[in-house]
Amino acid sequence: MRRLVADEQRTSLAGPVVPAERAGEEGSEEQLPERRPAEIMRDLLPAIEHERRLNDWGRSERVEGFMDRTLIEFFYRYWFRTEVEGIDNVPSESGALVVSNHAGALPPDAAMIAKAIREEHPNPRPLYLTVEHFFKGYPGFSMLIPKVGGVAAHPANVHRLLYDERQLVLVFPEGRKGTEKLYRDRYRLRRFGRGGFVEAAMRAEAQIVPTCVVGAEESAPIFGHVDVLRKLTGLIYFPITPTFPWLGPFGMLGYLPAKFKIRFLEPIDTVELGGAEAAEDKALVQTLAQEIRAQIQENLHEMLAMRKSVWLG
Amino acid sequence: MAGLSSLAAAEDTATRRVLVTGLSTYWGGRLAQALESFEHIDAIIGVDSEAPTRELERTEYVKVSNQHSLLERIVRAAEIDTVIDTRLVVNSLMAAPRLAHENNVIGTMNILAACTGSDSPVRKFVFKSSTHYYGAEQDDPAFFTEEMGRPHPPHTGLERDILEAEQAVGEFAQRNPHVTTTILRCANVLGPDVDTAFTRMLRLPMVPMVLGFDPRLQFVHEYDVVHALEHAAFRVAPGVYNVAADGVLALSEVIDLVGKMPLPVLPPWGTGLATGSLRRLGFRIPVEVVNQLRFGRGVDNRLFKATGFDYGYTTRETVIKLSEHLRLAPVMRGTEHEYTYEREVEEFLRWSPNVRREHPGERGGVADDSDPMGI
Repeated sequence: MRRLVADEQRTSLAGPVVPAERAGEEGSEEQLPERRPAEIMRDLLPAIEHERRLNDWGRSERVEGFMDRTLIEFFYRYWFRTEVEGIDNVPSESGALVVSNHAGALPPDAAMIAKAIREEHPNPRPLYLTVEHFFKGYPGFSMLIPKVGGVAAHPANVHRLLYDERQLVLVFPEGRKGTEKLYRDRYRLRRFGRGGFVEAAMRAEAQIVPTCVVGAEESAPIFGHVDVLRKLTGLIYFPITPTFPWLGPFGMLGYLPAKFKIRFLEPIDTVELGGAEAAEDKALVQTLAQEIRAQIQENLHEMLAMRKSVWLG
Repeated sequence: MAGLSSLAAAEDTATRRVLVTGLSTYWGGRLAQALESFEHIDAIIGVDSEAPTRELERTEYVKVSNQHSLLERIVRAAEIDTVIDTRLVVNSLMAAPRLAHENNVIGTMNILAACTGSDSPVRKFVFKSSTHYYGAEQDDPAFFTEEMGRPHPPHTGLERDILEAEQAVGEFAQRNPHVTTTILRCANVLGPDVDTAFTRMLRLPMVPMVLGFDPRLQFVHEYDVVHALEHAAFRVAPGVYNVAADGVLALSEVIDLVGKMPLPVLPPWGTGLATGSLRRLGFRIPVEVVNQLRFGRGVDNRLFKATGFDYGYTTRETVIKLSEHLRLAPVMRGTEHEYTYEREVEEFLRWSPNVRREHPGERGGVADDSDPMGI
């Protein structure tokens, strides 16, 4: 980025500043401010300041690195013994939306997918995770979640990440409905919202990578919900799991050692489907959302049929 | 980046006679001082109900309250082509709610009325607004762009007033397409001279935080705000623009840069009550900032950069500059000179034939025809 040296001398109190290289250029005709072409708007993104430990989304290399080396490393390698298929389906450049099934009281799937990309991918890239707005308003979560790459699931956030910053974004279209479902409903995909994630990807002309995770359901099964305690604590749900609430808040981390398998499916090119203009087409968006859901469900069934043991894989 | 300069907003060379509102406020004074250094500006008239607080060389101060008939007479008599409105109150501690409403809503309406009319000489209107326009809520996007509104209606009177004022300016822009209307929504300002809610907070030995929250905050340096106002005056850039430095910092990061201690004393629930008791201890946080301490706010600043504006400081550099100033403040205390406006002295300096002027035409007298800018 071209930026003038920060210096008080620059102030006009010391003399008129006329940007010489721009003075006298032919006047532009447009009278209304428009979003300039994408490349130029991308160039205008704030430059990365290397002295900083956080980026503009509040993501902290330090906190994330620490978690990655300790807790996540332990769970990924030794506890869940994660196996990954089709890592090449995750694009190594440009924005892409990773769409996955979602499960577990305190879902371990997001961290495992992020770790899988970090460990297995030829070009390990940070993965941004979209979370509910709820977390931004809950003390503690609000501090921690942005530090490890969580971003509120606002369409504008997803668009900026995919389109302007060309990052990888993970989205769970099932949302809360996926994580709060009981053990007996495992691996039954919930409704995929209103297809907002497809719309966001099309608008940003980003690829969609459907992803299946097996193991999260068994690692943190939910047997029931306590509505009174949910209301008292102000949480989105208050589950009963093998370890929660019996072991206190850390019981949320009491995962059972289920074998994890992550499968990345063929990416879907939204540009071929019409890109940004087609994002307005509600029917197309809905159909595509349905198709992606069916594809993930089908692959989940296939993976489950091949699984000999929940714990050994 | 090569293509950028050609896309930048066109130079506006017709800005010659400027009216600055709110001359006694920090921004009015700073802007008038800045404009004085541009020799192609023939006239700078400042209006306010209170006397200027900064030393000005050739700006003419007219004491007038928000009466549109008087303002209109001044505008017409002085053939003002550019009005820069810096008067908006964006901190609820700076003025009582009634006064703030009077100034922000009624005042804006009056200024706009003074610029309306088919035979009005005004062809440019620059309005300094605030990113308080967007509020700070749980379901905000991480970066507000200019076309976004706030997701919920405002809670505080000040935010409501800012919305109303901007709406009035927007309607003015629609009805007067021949007037280039620019709205600049400035983020929270930091700097050595300016007095804002955040400079006050960062001056404290320990900086209060809401327990369990680490909001993302974006600032802009006071110089950059003055430059942005200047930029709007000298460019054809109609529309709404966010003015905020590059980079969004977490509050913990800001406190660390300033070298202070975080003090997470505000409880996450009942924050309003707690700020009430802090107020009794002598420390006041404006209501519109309380939500910002919880949810933070970031804005997309690219649109204004696309008009050819360069920020002098990033948010991080802005905070560092402030912290340098804060460290130096105890050493420098008492060395800056205080300025008080004395009408007779100012008039003598501007109009007396006995005052020797190095540059003829700079202060009053007969204007020199030579044009150093070559415009």
